Amino acid sequence: MAYKLDAKTPAGELAQKWSNHKAAIKVVSPANKRKLDIIVVGTGLGGASAAASLGELGYNVKIFCISDSPRRAHSIAAQGGINAAKNYQNDNDSIYRLFYDTIKGGDYRAREANVYRLAEVSNLIIDQCVAQGVPFAREYGGLLANRSFGGAQVSRTFYARGQTGQQLLLGAYAALNKEIAAGSVKSYPRHEMLDVVIENGEACGIIARNLVTGEIERHGAHAVVIATGGYGNVFFLSTNAMASNGSAAFQCYRKGAGFANPCFTQIHPTCIPVHGTQQSKLTLMSESLRNDGRIWVPKKMEDVEAIRKGTKKPSDIAEADRDYYLERRYPAFGNLVPRDVASRAAKERCDAGYGVNETGLAVFLDFKTAIERLGKETIKQRYGNLFDMYEEITDVNPYEQPMQIFPAVHYTMGGIWVDYNLMTTIPGLYAIGEANFSDHGANRLGASALMQGLADGYFVLPYTIGDYLSKKIQAPKVKTDTAAFDEAEKGVRARIERLFAIKGTQSVDDIHKRLGLIMWDNVGMARTKESLEKAIVEIQALRKEFYKDLKLVGDNESFNVELEKALRLEDFLELGELMARDALNREESCGGHFRSEHQTEDGEALRHDDKFAYAAVWEYKGIDNAPEMTIEPLEYEFVHRAQRNYKD
Amino acid sequence: MSCFLTNSSVGKKVVMSVTGCFLVLFILFHMSMNITMLFDWASYNAICRFLGANWYALAATVILAAGVAVHFLYAFILTIDNYRARGKQRYQVTVKEKGVAWSSKNMLVLGIIVILGLGLHLVHFWSKMQLVELMGGHASIVDGVAGVQATNGAAIMMITFSKWYNVVLYIVWFAALWFHLTHGVWSMFQSVGFANDTWYPRLKCLANIVSTLIFIGFAVVAVYCFMTSDALLIEEMIAAENLIH
Amino acid sequence: MNFTLKIWRQRDAKSQGAFETYKVTDISADTSFLEMMDILNNNLIHEGKEPVAFDHDCREGICGMCSMHINGHAHGPSQAVTTCQMYMRKFKDGSTITIEPWRSAAFPVIRDLVVDRAAYDKILQAGGFISVRTNSVPDGNAIPIPKADADESMDAAACVGCGACAATCKNGSAMLFVAARVSSLAKLPQGKVEGARRAKAMVAKMDELGFGNCTNTGACQAQCPKSISIAHIARLNREFLAAKLKD
Repeated sequence: MAYKLDAKTPAGELAQKWSNHKAAIKVVSPANKRKLDIIVVGTGLGGASAAASLGELGYNVKIFCISDSPRRAHSIAAQGGINAAKNYQNDNDSIYRLFYDTIKGGDYRAREANVYRLAEVSNLIIDQCVAQGVPFAREYGGLLANRSFGGAQVSRTFYARGQTGQQLLLGAYAALNKEIAAGSVKSYPRHEMLDVVIENGEACGIIARNLVTGEIERHGAHAVVIATGGYGNVFFLSTNAMASNGSAAFQCYRKGAGFANPCFTQIHPTCIPVHGTQQSKLTLMSESLRNDGRIWVPKKMEDVEAIRKGTKKPSDIAEADRDYYLERRYPAFGNLVPRDVASRAAKERCDAGYGVNETGLAVFLDFKTAIERLGKETIKQRYGNLFDMYEEITDVNPYEQPMQIFPAVHYTMGGIWVDYNLMTTIPGLYAIGEANFSDHGANRLGASALMQGLADGYFVLPYTIGDYLSKKIQAPKVKTDTAAFDEAEKGVRARIERLFAIKGTQSVDDIHKRLGLIMWDNVGMARTKESLEKAIVEIQALRKEFYKDLKLVGDNESFNVELEKALRLEDFLELGELMARDALNREESCGGHFRSEHQTEDGEALRHDDKFAYAAVWEYKGIDNAPEMTIEPLEYEFVHRAQRNYKD
Repeated sequence: MSCFLTNSSVGKKVVMSVTGCFLVLFILFHMSMNITMLFDWASYNAICRFLGANWYALAATVILAAGVAVHFLYAFILTIDNYRARGKQRYQVTVKEKGVAWSSKNMLVLGIIVILGLGLHLVHFWSKMQLVELMGGHASIVDGVAGVQATNGAAIMMITFSKWYNVVLYIVWFAALWFHLTHGVWSMFQSVGFANDTWYPRLKCLANIVSTLIFIGFAVVAVYCFMTSDALLIEEMIAAENLIH
Repeated sequence: MNFTLKIWRQRDAKSQGAFETYKVTDISADTSFLEMMDILNNNLIHEGKEPVAFDHDCREGICGMCSMHINGHAHGPSQAVTTCQMYMRKFKDGSTITIEPWRSAAFPVIRDLVVDRAAYDKILQAGGFISVRTNSVPDGNAIPIPKADADESMDAAACVGCGACAATCKNGSAMLFVAARVSSLAKLPQGKVEGARRAKAMVAKMDELGFGNCTNTGACQAQCPKSISIAHIARLNREFLAAKLKD
């Protein structure tokens, strides 16, 4: 049964849609809000801001997070900044320009109305965060400072040193703490959602595992909000935190929620290159470095070889012998092209043999020019902590030698399908932030993830959820002793028992590393029909092996990290296949999805708007069955789709 | 208002800070008084007479004793709190953190040495001076020397410090005080909130100057007495003081 | 490189713990400390033993999750980094490394090297926020803030809440953590409005949760992965006293 997708996009002029919609949707009276329960899973920017705002409104909110405190969510690691169309720099920025840059950056695969709303509320986010005490960078006059980010020709990024995500999350976490203190929000740290419970076709609660005691708990609510981030860790090596996972989203998918554009993965161009097989995590160097850093590889192959052998230092290469390939290929945007473009350009140079470390998988990010122009002190002020971190990791001083960087998996634009109200295909089940698919199309611009998380959590969901909950004001408290809860809990227990019963020989990490390699080699930066078909076969085989040969130690009745990892890997093993299937279906290149068969003469992504101007929404049909795809056509009423051009 | 000084951690530290400050000021006064001994023992005795068992000196003594008692009592309360907060299980490996002064981690031990020294000092001096007057007497036997007037501080000092072991004991005492104050003096500013990154070097410098000054001021007088003490001089001092009474 | 690891093992809060000794071999100098732990754990799993539980997440030094006491140092011998940012090149080949969980009465051990830091959340819930509602706020540029104040606020706000301060302090005091939050908000005009209430509430909660008293040793600042200065403790003292004296 294919989905009947209704995006519920409001009619009217682009700039009026959100206002019209807000005026049209229902609200719940304060007296009734007190009677309604909401579960929020995940406490990153989206989850924390949503839970805090919903608590403020008077709903009873329960929040769940897998770490020991809501403050640990991976939003905290965002370094560079958050976009807003304030036009404080007087560089002719506007809501429309932010909207347009985001739509274009996403290679015209996002919903116009959603993106416009995102740009519209972006300004409110800055105001909100300032009022919460987020110490944004300021100028000497005491007003807010900005910097530039990829994919934009204006300076609209607000930042707090290299720790913007941390500061914004601490702001949202503080708002959450205020509500926890007030009693409107109850916090469940070290709890992992293992299933969503559906009754009469509506979401009515979750099954969660207490990660300390192993207890399986039932929690009922009138609505469930998934804010659990992305699934980049399917690649094993990524910039995501070690515990970031796609499981909560995947349980929703299993229970019938549509999963949209799973193949849209963002590969971030500026990460520290992989150094060996013992590595467990890739470290991101902020995109803000591209404000002043210049990316290059040597022009001559002999210089490449000399650098690899160590006979020449990068700083020995003369200016004339350096290929600043981004500046060469994209004169208008230069080093500040969007992430997908920068990543592919690095791959192109490395594929051509110009990669500068032993593995051949690295390019230089050089601050020589900037240090000459601005002085070491200024550079130190701007990026000091990043430079220190780089030196700590690599033992190379970036003030003297250029950094080595290479693209790495960073963000997933795909996610649970949601309508304009951020509701999934299951009534009462919402998805916000990176967990949903709605705003970034096929590629996300830098400094927009924080914007989307907070937009959804502070300014969109608290309104739109009322429209659904207004129908629930007569509903009693959700009972958790029903057949639906029984069945969900039984399912979770069976899953856990099954994993313990395998008693094989490979650890979770052994198998996860292999999945990661399959994904990176075949569903990574460049994909082909062959590679994707190969990936599907290999993942299916690996999944069989997982069920036959997993070695899981410990027990369920205590703190058991291996069990947590095994459950997440189980989902990744299905999610990886889904990503490959989606990539196989999308026979075009757009944004972060690059099918080698579909490129322009000069190697740019070649879209096929006639065939693929849609969101592919997948419906689960069982572990061994192919999922069914429904399309949501992406109508562009206001923007003319064009070949993305960052050259002039 | 009264309760935060007894029931909050920050308040308790304020009490330590204020009593500590008061004690440092007293010590500085005591040291200046002792210094006169280097120049003219008769003047020193004049000060002693002035600070006999009269109402203002007694009042000051009571306040001083209260200051010591509160400072000491709070030190124990804080230490017990802190011991509990640390938990039963201790680290197997510990190190000295960079920039952390040894004295800052051993204030209680240093304080106990200071208190023991104080006890000795009271036996040596106060029991022969103010206490004697309080009991209605005038003179006592000091270390075998009879007829020493309670106001004859100079003679008592000379007699006490003629013994080398007393000099050593007092110098150990002053050294403990030095360590205690190198941390205590800047710390009392921190505890009441008067400190920041600009002022730390200045405050720590001040703490070193004050504690070193106190150490030298006291030690010099003790050593001076040891060096110059002889039976004739002590007799002369006793005779002079008897003449006044 | 090869190492002998002496690691604290403890099944749960109620169990008695003890040190166990393990060996890891062929570790590259570029391996991070936690990757070395991953390698050890993978070996243990293959031997059918339970891996060492330890908290970690972002591995970029910002989430504050990692919390190991290594050779007597919170987060290990490097200055101003979290455990995840420690690299094995900092250790001598062939040496013995002792790894312990945070030790503080307010941080009970959950398992092995994992401790419960809920006390820090509770302190922040007591007042570590500015009471503003979503959407009822002025324009971001309506309140100019001197750059120096914003910078100082940011210095304090860099706290990752890892617990190293209380874990290092010989008094088990959480003052640096509390001060970082109070000071960060006190430096901003938005935060000053309820500054007195915040300082009192957070100190009271800290005391109630059984943290010790600050004796100004400065050990917290020396071991803080974000080098947060005890000058913020002075500001907290000031804020608290001013608030109490007004009562």
